[in-house]
Amino acid sequence: MDFEIVIGLEVHAQLRTRTKIFCSCSTTFGDQPNSNTCPVCTGLPGALPVLNRQVVEFALRAGLATNCRINSTSVFARKNYFYPDLPKGYQISQYDLPICEHGYLEVVVDGEEKRIGITRIHMEEDAGKLVHPENMPGISYVDFNRACVPLLEIVSEPDMRSSGEAVAYLKALRDILVYLEICDGNMEEGSFRCDANVSLRPYGQREFGTRSELKNMNSFRNVQRAIDYEVRRQREILLEGGQVVQETRLWDADREITVSMRGKEEAHDYRYFPDPDLLPVEVPAAWIEKVRRQLPELPREKRERFIAAYGLPASDAEILTDSRAMADFFERTVELGGEPKMASNWMVSELLRYLNDDRISIAACPVTPEGLAALLKLMTAGTVSGKLAKQVLAIMYRERDNDPAAIVKARGLVQIDDQEELAKIVREVLAAHPGEVEKYKGGKTKVFGFLVGQVMRRTRGKANPGLVNDLLRRQLDG
Amino acid sequence: MELYARTIAEVSDLLRRQEVSAVEVTRDVLRRIAAVDGRVGAYLLVDEAGALEQAAAADRRLAAGEAVTPLTGIPLGLKDLLSTRGVATTCASKILADYVPAYDATVVARLRQAGAVFTGKLNMDEFAMGSSTENSAYQPTRNPWDPERVPGGSSGGSAAAVAADECLAALGSDTGGSIRQPASFCGVVGLKPTYGRVSRYGLVAFASSLDQIGPLTKTVTDSALLLGGIAGHDPRDSTSVPREVPDFREQLAAEIKGRRLGIPREYFVAGMDPEVRAAFDQAVAVFTGLGAEIVDLSLPHTEYAVATYYLVATAEASSNLARYDGVKYGRRAAGVDNLLEMYYRTRAEGFGPEVKRRIMLGTYALSAGYYDAYYRKAQQVRTLIRQDFEQAFSRCDLIVAPVCPTPAFRFGEKLADPLQMYLSDVLTIPVNLAGLPAISVPGGCSRAGLPIGLQLIAAPFAEASLLQAAYQFEQATDWHRRRPPLDV
Ligand SMILES: [Zn+2]
Repeated sequence: MDFEIVIGLEVHAQLRTRTKIFCSCSTTFGDQPNSNTCPVCTGLPGALPVLNRQVVEFALRAGLATNCRINSTSVFARKNYFYPDLPKGYQISQYDLPICEHGYLEVVVDGEEKRIGITRIHMEEDAGKLVHPENMPGISYVDFNRACVPLLEIVSEPDMRSSGEAVAYLKALRDILVYLEICDGNMEEGSFRCDANVSLRPYGQREFGTRSELKNMNSFRNVQRAIDYEVRRQREILLEGGQVVQETRLWDADREITVSMRGKEEAHDYRYFPDPDLLPVEVPAAWIEKVRRQLPELPREKRERFIAAYGLPASDAEILTDSRAMADFFERTVELGGEPKMASNWMVSELLRYLNDDRISIAACPVTPEGLAALLKLMTAGTVSGKLAKQVLAIMYRERDNDPAAIVKARGLVQIDDQEELAKIVREVLAAHPGEVEKYKGGKTKVFGFLVGQVMRRTRGKANPGLVNDLLRRQLDG
Repeated sequence: MELYARTIAEVSDLLRRQEVSAVEVTRDVLRRIAAVDGRVGAYLLVDEAGALEQAAAADRRLAAGEAVTPLTGIPLGLKDLLSTRGVATTCASKILADYVPAYDATVVARLRQAGAVFTGKLNMDEFAMGSSTENSAYQPTRNPWDPERVPGGSSGGSAAAVAADECLAALGSDTGGSIRQPASFCGVVGLKPTYGRVSRYGLVAFASSLDQIGPLTKTVTDSALLLGGIAGHDPRDSTSVPREVPDFREQLAAEIKGRRLGIPREYFVAGMDPEVRAAFDQAVAVFTGLGAEIVDLSLPHTEYAVATYYLVATAEASSNLARYDGVKYGRRAAGVDNLLEMYYRTRAEGFGPEVKRRIMLGTYALSAGYYDAYYRKAQQVRTLIRQDFEQAFSRCDLIVAPVCPTPAFRFGEKLADPLQMYLSDVLTIPVNLAGLPAISVPGGCSRAGLPIGLQLIAAPFAEASLLQAAYQFEQATDWHRRRPPLDV
């Protein structure tokens, strides 16, 4: 018997607001413990939450970009449980009336398009962080800097049927949130976290099997491996006639297994109820429309436009739309007169190699769209060859110099276009290699490339390659 | 007359004319506290140094004639659930025994700004849960009219302190009658403003959707003055309402001739003390004499109010009190080995029996499987109760009723039977469920000499109209002039 895999994902995305969701403390990451705190986010007696409207705006962006219905009234609810990193003894979240519902994302898996439903998106506050100092057994500290930092919880339908689909959905979702400039999408640092509900059922069965909830996967790779492991584990249990237990399991990336964290019977009764300290969130239609109008072009639309408008291959369009900054860099280069396909080639095969080697992002790239466009124009005009241009680009990148024409001039890198000068060199090369000339004339045209190389060598790569070809042919064939 | 025995309005005039100084007034009040509080037990903390410092600052303002308000230099007491920066705020609970807030409640900050003087922190039922102040973890507060009787609660310390002249006025909080009932028991004026009129920021929450801070004063004029000092929108409290605050005092003198006063049938419950009923009838006669028109009313869902209240209030409380876990502030049980034990023992040792009872009730009401039957149902009934009042106010301008079915009861009388205690709030609770403003004014006296309060209830944000009627009644009667027999 074989089983169908059923996966649903819950994503927690930390929002890039300047201040926290219910107070005006900074959301800056990595400051002194408890330096970004106040009576509200440390849960002092009597302190009250006040909603940061920016969070609502970000939730609207996320909801509209994922085709959700926006609830004109949504309600904050208290999720009650005790934990030392939770200062009030409850988390302010949303429960039966979230801000966004009934959305979907379209993702491409193995060349096939698939629609993944989004059940809901809601706003909530993050908890603080426990610090367990070494050499101090039995003592823990709490850092509330992260407490009250805004999160969006994005819950998918159980629509994914493989770990590959799950990762494709996650990547698409992350790209959208990053494009919307509401989340930095960093899984390692925890600003984009994912839990996965995984279950199996015999093909053809309508009811879902018993699921386990996987936590602690801090990279796409770990999500994939954890799901694959869990599928194998559940399949073995079922094939042996056993029952999968409903439980929460942690992914242990070192041992590459999932381990049980808590079972169903230990599950909390969170006793949700509407938070009486906060009014229902009212979102007038005009606000929704304003956010919709201001929505940026999303990764998928942009990719399709790059293919259609610039004639780029799909693989290049994919890379160039990986981030908004990258896509903007490309389009700016084109706008400044760079030929689109050249611009794409030079970004993908040259510039990105430098950036990857130095582990820096496009935003920090020393070469600007202005510089790249100028270089491409020198090539188009025939002032420099592709080979020279690579040297020029290396100098531009290394020296943060975005004036390629000046670099070419100062270093004498200008292409030799002088017909007489080149003809002279060609004559010299032919005179120096009579054997090769004989072979060529005898029909072994392969030596032509060798002769071109010799001319290039004598000109230290500066000869106009087209002209060299012409002159050589003329003298050999003539 | 001694300075401590005077009203805010009187002392404010003396201060402005510089006939007395704020330091003199404050010293006088502090001497009074020293003289009588041993017998009353209203104060949990007397901040002598702080009060004198604030009085000196008020005197500098008065001398310079700068930023002088009717509250500049006035010694006020604060119920011990209002956060005061640098001054312990215990909520009369062991669990907050060592807690010193790092910030001022908005009402405290506003009064500070106005130049008021804070004499100290006043006793209450632990976390405002109770109707007699017997649930204080620290001390009983005695009714200044009869030391064998309770001052009411939960703002029992505030009402007793005002009645005993241990401050010129005080702030309390009212969740189900916690200002009005002790005001009635102690013979002072207690005002519960409209929900959202006064910021709750810094008020340690009992039941967030019901709590409201309000003044306890010797006269209606003082109530108007103190309300004016604390009311108004606060961006730190999302439930506070951005609405203009009228000059309540200026409007006091308006006549009530022709106003329609509604009397709700359902408020004359079984077990009402005949003396309370008699005082009420007499008060109605006073209003009729002033030209008011009496309207017979029905508030049909009144009988469900107490049950509704004890579901909503305890549910909110169970969540509001979760933060007292020994992690961040307040008491932490000593010698615990693990987290769970820390929670269990901290809360077992830190909370008193009534607080524990309400946390358990509320936890139960919100639990999976019970939520719909209890909490959700209670919210639905709450809506019906609110609608009762909306309909009533289409037929009348104000509602008039007793505050409590009895005058002050004896210590221990209702402690053994919580349900009996809960039922004593039957006439005050509906107002909180509907978020309305209401006032208790001295309106009679039992044969044993105990004060009996009269309650007036108005539509949302109609505090001005409420205060006018209360003022007219006060002008027409002498009840507020009676003083408790503390000095004999
Ligand atoms: Zn904060």
